Formats: sequence, C-alpha cells, structure tokens
Amino acid sequence: MDGLLGNLLLGFSVALTLQNLLYCFAGVFLGTLIGVLPGIGPLATMAMLLPLTFMLPPISALIMLAGIYYGSDYGGSTTAILVNLPGEGSSVVTLLDGHPMAQQGRAGPALAIAAMGSFFAGCVGTLLIALIGPPLASVALEFGSPEYFSLMVLALVCASVVGSGSLLKSLAMVVTGLLIGIVGTDVNSGTHRFTFGVVELTDGIGIAVMAMGLFGLTEIVRNLAGPRMTHTILRGKITGLMPRWQDLKVSFGPILRGSSIGFVFGPLPGLGGTISAFTSYMAEKKLAKDPSRFGKGAIEGIAGPESANNACAQTTFVPMLTLGIPPSASMALMLGAMMIHGIVPGPEVMTSRPDLFWGLIASMWIGNGMLLLLNLPLIGIWVKLLQVPYRLLFPIIMTMMGIGIYSLNTSGIDVLLMAFFGFAGYVLAKLECPFPPLILAMVLGPLMEENLRRSLQLTDGDATVFFTRPLSAGFMIATVILLLSFILSAAIKRPIRHLETP
Amino acid sequence: MRPRIRNPQDFWSGIFFIALGALALWFSRDYTMGSALQPGPGYFPTWLGAILVGFGAIIGGLSLGFHEAAGERLTLRGWGLRPWLVLPSALAAYAVLMEVDAGFVPSLLVLIVGCALAHKDVRWRETLLLGVFVTAGAVAIFIYGLGLPYPLFWWSR
Repeated sequence: MDGLLGNLLLGFSVALTLQNLLYCFAGVFLGTLIGVLPGIGPLATMAMLLPLTFMLPPISALIMLAGIYYGSDYGGSTTAILVNLPGEGSSVVTLLDGHPMAQQGRAGPALAIAAMGSFFAGCVGTLLIALIGPPLASVALEFGSPEYFSLMVLALVCASVVGSGSLLKSLAMVVTGLLIGIVGTDVNSGTHRFTFGVVELTDGIGIAVMAMGLFGLTEIVRNLAGPRMTHTILRGKITGLMPRWQDLKVSFGPILRGSSIGFVFGPLPGLGGTISAFTSYMAEKKLAKDPSRFGKGAIEGIAGPESANNACAQTTFVPMLTLGIPPSASMALMLGAMMIHGIVPGPEVMTSRPDLFWGLIASMWIGNGMLLLLNLPLIGIWVKLLQVPYRLLFPIIMTMMGIGIYSLNTSGIDVLLMAFFGFAGYVLAKLECPFPPLILAMVLGPLMEENLRRSLQLTDGDATVFFTRPLSAGFMIATVILLLSFILSAAIKRPIRHLETP
Repeated sequence: MRPRIRNPQDFWSGIFFIALGALALWFSRDYTMGSALQPGPGYFPTWLGAILVGFGAIIGGLSLGFHEAAGERLTLRGWGLRPWLVLPSALAAYAVLMEVDAGFVPSLLVLIVGCALAHKDVRWRETLLLGVFVTAGAVAIFIYGLGLPYPLFWWSR
C-alpha cells in the first residue's frame, strides 16, 4: 500500500504541473466539444487532434489524448439527452430514457445524474487501474514470444466474437488488418513489402490515417448519404440542474452496478462502452419493480448505462498500459501515439517510465473532476453548438481532418490514403463488415509477425510451442473455447431463426 | 431451382475478400518465403493471403442458397453516390494542391468548397462565406498559433 501511495504522489507531482493541467483541460474540453457533435466518435476525435500533441512532451501528449477520449464520452451523453441523437456510439442507450426525461422538462437532473455517474465510475475506474496495473505488468514481464503471440490471437478472436455481425466477416477483417499491417519495411530482412515503389509507404500506414479514413470519413459519407437527420433540439432554458433527493437515492444502486459491469468489460477486447451500457440497461430493467417505466424517462436507465460506459472507458486502459495490447480501436490509437513518441508499449513502461504511467493515472482523476465542473455549467454552450446545421459542420470537420493528417508527416500521400480508406470503408460499411477488428489487427500485425518468427526460431520451427508452454496453451485453449462456443450457439440458433422467418 | 444469391452483402464481401487475398498472394510471390524454421519476409503475407481467400470463399459460398433474400438489397439509388465520390475527391484535390505547394489558403478553399458540394442542397453564398471564415480560422490557429511551416499562397514560398 505504501508503494501505491508513493506512486500516486509521483503521479500527482507530474499531473499537477501547470503545463500538464493545461493540456489535461484542453483534452477534456476538446473531447467534450467534439463528443457533443453527432457523427464524430472518440476515435475520430483522437485521430483528428493527434497532430496537436506531437510538439508536446510524451506525458503531456498522453494526458491530453486520454482527456479527449473520456471527455468525448461525457459529451456524447449530453447530445443523447438533449437532441435524441447519440453523440457517439456508446450513448445510444442513454437516449432511451434521457430524451423522454428532457421532454418532461427534467433535462437538468438527467444531465446531472449522467455526469455524476460518469464521475463516480471514472474515479473508481482510475483507482482500479492503479491497483491492477502493477501486478499484471509483473506477470507480463515473464511473457516470452509464444505467450505474446497467443495472447494477441486471443485478443483478435475475442474482438471478432463479441463484435456485432457475422463472425466470419469479422475474422476476414482481422486478416485484412494483418495484411495492411504488413505494408512497410520488414524489420528482419529490410525487404519493402506491399509498398509498390512509394517511398512514403516504407514506414507503413499510420494508424491515424487509417482510423480517420475508416471512422471519420466513412461516417461523414454515411451521414450525408442517409436520410436527412431530424434534429429535435430542446428549446428553452434548462432549469433545475440539481436532481432531487429521490433521484439520487434511486440512482445509487444503478451507478454501482453499472460501474461494476463496465469495470469487467473494459479490459476485454472488443466489448467496449456500447455493450457495457446495454448490459447495464438490461440489468436495471430486469431489477426494476416496474419495468414499464423504462423508455419513458426512468432515471435508472441513465445512471446505470452512463456509469458502465465510463467505467469501461477507464479500465480499457489496463491491457494497453500493462501488456501493450490494445483492447479497442481507440486504445490502438493511444498505443500508436506512444510509439510515435518513442515509447515502446509493454510491461516495461511501468518500471522504466513510472512518471508516465502514474502521471497519466493521476491526470485521469483531475480530468474527471474538470469534466464534472465543465459540463454542467457549460451546457448552454453545447446546446448552441448543436444548433449549427450539419451542412456547415461537416466541411469544418473535414478541414480539421485534412490539416491534421497532412501535418502528421507533411505528406499529401497520407491524405490520399485517408481519402482512399474512406472510399473503401464506405463499401465495407455497406457490406456490414466491422472495422474495429481490422484496426486492432493492423496495429497488432507487426508485433504478431515478430513474435511468431521469434517463437519459431527459438524452437527450430516447432509450431507446437504455442501449446506446450502453459501460459501460452491457456490463451490458445481460451481462443478455441471462444470460437467453439460461438459456432455452437450459432448452430443452435440458426434452425430456430429459420422457423421464425419462413 | 438453381442456387441464387440469398444475401447480397455477404456475397460481395466474399468476392472482396477473395480478390484482396489473391492480390496479397500475387504481390507476395517475390518475397522470400523461408521455412517454418527461418520464416522469410514472404512467410506471413503468403499465409494471410491464402487464409483470406479461404474466408472469402466460405462467406461467399454461404450467401448462396435456395431461399429468398435474407440480406439487404444493394441498390445504386440508396448508395449515396454523391457524398461517396465527392468527399474523397475533395480530399484528393487538397492533397495534390498541398503537395505542389499551391499554398495553404487556396488548398483549404478548394477542400471546403469541394466538401460542401457533397450535400444535397448547395447554397453558394453560404458555402463561400464558410470557406473564407474557416480558412481564416485555420490560418490563425495552425499557421500563426501552432507555427506549421506551410506557405500561405503559391507566391509566398
């Protein structure tokens, strides 16, 4: 416990410098700002603002990026409650009861409970990272190449299984991502692979370029191609921000349960905020005395999912920081940012750069506090922002994307690549092929190849090594069980579905 | 009764993955394969290409059947051709202009006006005003604020 306290003190000494406080604030502010806008999720926001962090020292850059990430979660719920549009994916659930509450003139308490639940979950989640991180990292230090390879296989399969849609398509997207990850110079032999003679490609395709194309550009094309968005922005002033004592009392349980769900789901690859929020909503509906109130403005339906969502956003940092394995596309981007700053992600970070790990953790507490203070009084500004029509908004967003990507390497090729990925991404979206497995695979690809090769060299080409080392075998068995259980459950469901829809 | 495409989305996904896998195999043929003992640079991509072709074949194959349509029909009308073609083109034009050092200001104006064309109703006066304001803002933030070293115009290099 003494060690933890010392570490936290170190963290706060890093996070509380004027410069880092400033960047933390900038991060949560920009995160909320863009999170409020419908159609631009945390990932695109991070990718868009990534270039702004290049000139910063690594710790300030990470603090700011993390702030953008959890800040956009807060912003998303504001949009969901006031406009009946999810500001981003994970606030779809908040919308169900948040908007009815707003229509009943109780937008204030809905926003307040969402913020309080998020704050609670954020703080406890951060504490959990601090508690779980060090022991996990010390286990991970024992990992050899075979363990890393197996763990990455497990992570990718897990992300494919739990994602929405067809397992086969998700797995095919994983392979596609691995292939894209190959583009560049092979570390072992120096061979240029899939570069087609383009010099800019010898360093590989940047994760920010990919993320911005797939998640940013594709999303904007979809918004413009889809039916006209109907905003039903709440007019008039929001009064009575403070929830009643009764509201607080009924929300306490949902916040606790929602947070716990989020804590567990966060580190698991592919699960993420949306699924946590849904699970929490379902749980609250089951537990409620009168489930029919849900969907008509039950405050529990906001408190639970919002807490789950934010708890998940915090604990999702655990595998990224301790193992160097990102469980979500956003974390993959964080990982990319660390590498840009010359930090090799993995369990060594905690011992070699304790200021980085603990500084980031401490900044999360501060950032969550800032968000609570920032969000409630500034609601008026966010509402104003929502009244800007999309017609004017998307060219501005595109401009930021264009400048951001160009300034990464001062390269027009990167912008062209982003345009291409947006173009191709829209086709894939139409074909209902999920993107997160692709992004994860693209980041993990080079690491997987490296560890596969090293494992094979260590054992003279004996591929059974993945099943003979106990830890590695454990990961592989878990992978097989996951796949089998998914296939079995699909096989059982299939005939039933046929009967229902002849 | 002959098999028909039951799920167009899966069918075309299958075709896409087969094509991509085949491309990967084609381009990997020049890289040294190595062996399991000493995997060369071609080892990983060749295997991945083959696996992707396999996945594509299964996905495509399963989409064929004797039953009626299960997936969403893909039509050109509902595709959203306009934003799909216009937005990437606007970005590409911007990229080329920046590459040839046409300057930050004209590149951005082209990007913003180009993007605005992707919307169903284009309001010219509004679009031009937007272009001017956003460009001015971007110059203030990125050139003067953050100090990005791009020339503003082609003559100010």
